[in-house]
Amino acid sequence: MTPTDWTRLTIHETVAAVRAGRVTATTLVEAYLARIAALDPTLHAFLTVTGEGAVAQAAAADARLGRGEPARALEGVPLALKDVLCTRGVPTTCGSKILEGFVPPYDATVVVRLLAAGAIILGKTNLDEFAMGSSTENSGFRPTRNPWSLDRVPGGSSGGSAAAVAADLAAGGLGTDTGGSVRQPAALCGVVGLKPTYGRVSRYGLIAFASSLDQVGPLAKDVRDAALLLEAIAGPDPMDSTAAAEPVQAYAASLDQGVRGLMLGIPDEYFVAGLDPEVEHAVREAIRVLEGLGARTRRVSLPHTAAGVATYYIVAPAEASSNLARYDGVKYGLRAAGANRDVAAMTARTRAEGFGPEVRRRIMLGTYVLSAGYYDAYYGRAQRVRTLIRRDFDRAFAEVDAIVSPTTPTPAFKLGEKVDDPLAMYLNDVFTIPAPLAGIPAISVPAGFSLAGLPIGLQLIAKPFDEAMLFRVARAYEAATGWRSRRPELDLPPREQARSSPPPGPVTGTDGSRWPR
Amino acid sequence: MSPRYETVIGLEVHAHLLTRSKLFCGCATTFGAPPNSQTCPVCQGMPGVLPVVNRSAVEFGIRTALALSLRINPESRFARKHYFYPDMPKNYQISQYEAPLAEDGWLDISVDGAERRIGIQRLHLEEDVGKLTHEGGVFETATRSLVDFNRAGVPLMEIVSRPDLRSPAEAVEYLRMLRAILRWLGVSDGNMEEGSFRCDANVSLRPAGAPEYGVKVEIKNLNSFRHVKAALDFEISRQTAVLDRGEPVAQETRLWNPEAGHTRSMRSKEYAHDYRYFPDPDLVPLRPDPAWVRAIGEALPELPRARSRRFVEAYALPPYDADLLTSDRALADYFEAAVRAHPSPKALANWILTELLRELDGDAAAVARAPVRAEELARLVALVEDGTISGKMAKNLFGTMWRTGEGPDVIVTREGLRQVADAGALAAVVDQVIAAHPGVLGDYRSGKKQALGFLVGQVMKATGGKANPQLVNRLLAERLPPA
Repeated sequence: MTPTDWTRLTIHETVAAVRAGRVTATTLVEAYLARIAALDPTLHAFLTVTGEGAVAQAAAADARLGRGEPARALEGVPLALKDVLCTRGVPTTCGSKILEGFVPPYDATVVVRLLAAGAIILGKTNLDEFAMGSSTENSGFRPTRNPWSLDRVPGGSSGGSAAAVAADLAAGGLGTDTGGSVRQPAALCGVVGLKPTYGRVSRYGLIAFASSLDQVGPLAKDVRDAALLLEAIAGPDPMDSTAAAEPVQAYAASLDQGVRGLMLGIPDEYFVAGLDPEVEHAVREAIRVLEGLGARTRRVSLPHTAAGVATYYIVAPAEASSNLARYDGVKYGLRAAGANRDVAAMTARTRAEGFGPEVRRRIMLGTYVLSAGYYDAYYGRAQRVRTLIRRDFDRAFAEVDAIVSPTTPTPAFKLGEKVDDPLAMYLNDVFTIPAPLAGIPAISVPAGFSLAGLPIGLQLIAKPFDEAMLFRVARAYEAATGWRSRRPELDLPPREQARSSPPPGPVTGTDGSRWPR
Repeated sequence: MSPRYETVIGLEVHAHLLTRSKLFCGCATTFGAPPNSQTCPVCQGMPGVLPVVNRSAVEFGIRTALALSLRINPESRFARKHYFYPDMPKNYQISQYEAPLAEDGWLDISVDGAERRIGIQRLHLEEDVGKLTHEGGVFETATRSLVDFNRAGVPLMEIVSRPDLRSPAEAVEYLRMLRAILRWLGVSDGNMEEGSFRCDANVSLRPAGAPEYGVKVEIKNLNSFRHVKAALDFEISRQTAVLDRGEPVAQETRLWNPEAGHTRSMRSKEYAHDYRYFPDPDLVPLRPDPAWVRAIGEALPELPRARSRRFVEAYALPPYDADLLTSDRALADYFEAAVRAHPSPKALANWILTELLRELDGDAAAVARAPVRAEELARLVALVEDGTISGKMAKNLFGTMWRTGEGPDVIVTREGLRQVADAGALAAVVDQVIAAHPGVLGDYRSGKKQALGFLVGQVMKATGGKANPQLVNRLLAERLPPA
């Protein structure tokens, strides 16, 4: 196989090749690093490439296997991490100038678990600053391009991880989802993206945006990969009181049970004005495919769906305004120059310089809704609406096993198209926002392409801790359709390649020696 | 105090809990460690960290709440209190707001013989902040400011009284009693110098007999009982003068300046913080298992006032002695251990409250480390009471026991301290003394009663202080004709 061929493999194919001794971790890492060097100067999926660390980790994995030690669940699998996940010794920026230069002294729990499973970390991926956005254009550094159409956004906020997986710059990746930040870029980049049940995955080391909504989730080339990644990272954590004790299931092993006899709900409120006809067509077709596989379907109503976006834009900014208070220039990251005589001025100037416009907007929104006299009218009320949204789902799941909907109203939009219209940007998350507000799991799986060749995502939603149901339905659909055989055309013409060299700007981790354990 | 106005005082006490680790991480809480040596990503407020509540801190809070008759809320929540200050790593403090750990209790105090029940509104847990050091003066003029997060995250318990206190004396007594109880329960060391027991006071005046409260002023920086008293006295005079001039009292926060002996305005109501409290989404609601709460309640020690009452009833002690003995749990334990060894409560109380406390420089809590154990003190008292040694010998013996750490019997035996109570042996000495002092005998006959005391002294001297004084008296009386 050529180096490019190795980067096309899924995680489970890669693990199988490593186990069989058909490929070394070093070969895999070199193949991915070469592809990153060739393509990422165009795509900008990565903020940091930990090349030295990845090579050292691969050598350690190969040495391990050479000693005859058994391969672990993700042995030698090169992954990309959204740059909100803390990595010891490797810069972690949240896509923000305010954290430029911050090097965490600890690993996020999900990172600890991936490393323990034998995964190799290729680097940290781009995102909307502090995960606030739906296009990765709010990155404090540079936007990421959609591998399927370089003048379009990859979605966000986990746009870097989604683009990296879609472009075969990593075998899989982790993102975080607060209002759709894994599923929406997965849909726009044609990959699988899961938002687990709130509490399914530890948040320790995930730099908080909105604590009651944030969940780490996998971005993967196929459903089985997403299941494998979730198995690796899920489970209780003594460092996170909100991580659930619920046992982790063998998701990958229970994928192939099919959908025969399952009841799927089609929510009226998700097929409304503003839904792109091509997206609606693809989703209706997907429903027919599932019916053809033996699933039954029925209409369900989620009457409070329309309140979702408004509710989200109270709860999430409120929590963000609190979570982001710690960035004051005193302890780490940016400290604005010239204001050291007055701590209030230092704090104000640091925050004004360090945060981008969207983050500042949300901090102001959040500060306002938590203010004395407004708390009940906004935050208190939003929490009550959350309960109503959760009850909508509870009622629906009394009758159906999963809910089927579009992931986004439209395929990927153009870079710059919505940057000046925050409301239009917010409405892109209308279908992905209800699940995190209700704390329930949802997955986006590729469901074909628009006439322009842009990926379309199918969303499945299940009841709390029933990720196995999502994987099962998604896998049945995926197996019946085979959309994955289509790939973005990224083999750049020589002119493009010439422009993209010398190789990338991304920096290597400051402490390459830390990754092998 | 002017009788024209009634004083209304409410107190907010912050006490450090004696847990080994911080409220939301595993860092140590020892006082005085090198700066930032007891910190971790969590208590430094690093990006991505999460708090996990310390079970011991909750237990200490519940123990205190039960001792003060508060109701434990079946569900309480931690909330974030926001303000920007560089001693606070997250720029919010995790505290409790709408649903505190416990509510509605009381503390009984007595001032000048009058019993008062002081309501306690709430008890909640929160984390302490770090400590700033300013090089080259105060914050405003410092050339450099340094922050030490060792204290950040140390568990604090806040206990808020109702506005039931009516004088500075009551306020001080409430604080003394509360501090004694916290120490008694083993939940706080109550050390005011190290800042582990801090107090803010709310004080207002109202025309005597008026039903509604006056405008209250909050006083901060009260770090000793003496300062509490002085600051409240000052503030009452200040407010009295303001009201007497017919002016309104401004609602504000004032800082006590102990050097100057006055309070000065820190911030007025218009600049009051909007803390933007909201439930901390990183922490799940606290729902203490009722069985656990019951077990904590059942394990509560008998509290000072109850124990004092029992000492009066069971041991027939004067209330004054009983109150002193129950000012500290270790002292009360010492007393009862001694009584168990030798049931002579009043004599033991006297020994403890005079000799023992003197040796301890009045620090009752140090009794646990006293070189004279309770059983040894009891034995000493028994030796006095059975006539083996005299009271005077006992005082010397106690001194020796304290210095050497030896038991009384060992010393009595080694030094031959048994008092001479053998009438035959003593009679000979008495006869010799009488024979040697014929002049004194004459004085006695002529009515000088004090001559008898002189002769007793001579007998004691001749026996090296070991003669039983009562026996000597009797033998002399037998030999001397009535005057």
